[in-house]
This record gives sequence, structure tokens and C-alpha cells, in this order.
Amino acid sequence: MNENLFASFIAPTILGLPAAVLIILFPPLLIPTSKYLINNRLITTQQWLIKLTSKQMMTMHNTKGRTWSLMLVSLIIFIATTNLLGLLPYSFTPTTQLSMNLAMAIPLWAGAVIMGFRSKIKNALAHFLPQGTPTPLIPMLVIIETISLLIQPMALAVRLTANITAGHLLMHLIGNATLAMSTINLPSTLIIFTILILLTILEIAVALIQAYVFTLLVSLYLHDNT
Amino acid sequence: MASVVGIFSHSSVSVPVKDKKLLEVKLGELPSWILMRDFSPSGIFGAFQRGYYRYYNKYINVKKGSISGITMVLACYVLFSYSFSYKHLKHERLRKYH
Repeated sequence: MNENLFASFIAPTILGLPAAVLIILFPPLLIPTSKYLINNRLITTQQWLIKLTSKQMMTMHNTKGRTWSLMLVSLIIFIATTNLLGLLPYSFTPTTQLSMNLAMAIPLWAGAVIMGFRSKIKNALAHFLPQGTPTPLIPMLVIIETISLLIQPMALAVRLTANITAGHLLMHLIGNATLAMSTINLPSTLIIFTILILLTILEIAVALIQAYVFTLLVSLYLHDNT
Repeated sequence: MASVVGIFSHSSVSVPVKDKKLLEVKLGELPSWILMRDFSPSGIFGAFQRGYYRYYNKYINVKKGSISGITMVLACYVLFSYSFSYKHLKHERLRKYH
């Protein structure tokens, strides 16, 4: 049982070569591009969704922040499709690997912070001290704010990894429990309902993508403009 | 494997007409036909591109495309992942001796 439970999170390999690269490259095949004004149904629905999310996301930025819109919209599309594909049976979700989430989180956060420090040094440094703090508390508060800034990329990566991994693990466990209970006890329909509800709530993994991009957005916005 | 008048994404993607389709090759000619194919990286990429657009133009890029166009892709993805993880799943069968 112990070996089986985490076996689905091992990165798949073909003769030692990482096949995870192929799996990461699969979602773009599902999102076609088009050069026409009126398209088929798939492209129309996808473009409508993308327009909806991008408008929702980018209204709170000024001109300089909106130069990041391509990056952020592609980020949310990538994480959304990858997480949703991971809900299919037997599939491998790349976002369960902490390495990939760190590789996404650290460059984006560092880019935002460095951009803020380059353009407005005073504004960027002013974030380290909230307004109206009593004077004796200042040294400690600066330290705390520095730590909370430096922990942002780790929090972004670990949040995404932990949420997706925990959801997948729970689904595995409850599925196994249902199979085991079905021969013993027939009020295991209660457990089957738990699976159903858990699956629909897990499709709020898409909400997790929102959380990812939103927190990224918030920090970008603060460093850029305020 | 595609002919010029056939399935392609735009007019600059095509295969030289001298290639015959697989179903028209006689059995004795099969080794020479395989050797004639272009196995360079750009050739393989072209083969994937033609296959992709063949599927795309048949099932998705139509006037009333249904959900089955993308469901078939996802079903193939599930089967593909199953074959990948078969080695682990072998141990979970309900047998007395594994």
C-alpha cells in the first residue's frame, strides 16, 4: 500500500529519458490558433474564455503592468489545462512536482521585484515598513517584512504543489476505500458520494490557478505601481 | 503519406507527389518504400504536423464540431497514460499471488 500510494507521482520515463517533457508539451495541442475572424466551435469557446479571464485580470494594472499580460494569460492557461488534464484517470500531472512549480514561481517573482526596485527604489523600499507603526517596533517589523517578502516565491510554489498533490492523494485513498467497502458493506454509497463531491470540489483546482495568478498579480502590482 | 490535394493546414505544407500512399504500395516494395521516407528531424516533424492537421480538419475544424472531437483525444491520452503506468498497476490486480 505504501509503495502504491505515491507511485502515480513518479515522473514517467521511457528508458531513462524523461517522458514528462512530452506530457508537459501536450496541452498546447488542445488549444489551436486561427487566423480567421469566425472560427470553429472549439476555438470560439476558447477565445471567449481567454478574453473573459484576461479582461478580468488586467483591468487593475496601469500601462506598464499590462505589458505583462501575455505572460500572465499564458500562465493561467497553462496551469488551468495542466491541472484539469490531471483529473483524468491514470494521467500524470506535472504541477505535482515541486521542481516545476519552483521553476515557474521564482523567475516570475524575481522579475516583478527587480522591476520594482529598478524603477522606483523609494517606493519599493517603503513596502518594508507599514504606515503608523510605533517607533520601538521598527527594527523588528523591518525584519518581519523582509522575511515575508523573501518567502513569497516559496509560498507560491509550495501552495500549488501541496494543493494538487493532496487532492490527487485523497482521490486515490477514497477510491481504494470505496472498492474495499463495496464487498463488505452496502451503505458504501455514502463513500461513493464522498468521491463525487470531492471530485467536483477538486475541479476547483481551477480556482487554485486563479489563486496562483492572482497572488502573482498582486505582488506585481504592488511592486510596480503604488 | 498525404498527397498534395488533400489535408494540410495551409498551402505551404505538402508532400512531394512522387510518394505513394501506404495502401497503394505492393507488399514486395515495402522495404524500399520505408527506406524512401524522410526520417530526418524535419521530416518527422512534418509527419506529425500532417497527422495533426488531418485529425484537426476532419473532426474539429468543421461547421458543427461536436464534443467528440476533443473527447477522442482525451480518451487516447488516458490509454497512453495507462500503458505508461502499467508497470505499477500490475501489482494492484486482485490475485492471490502477484
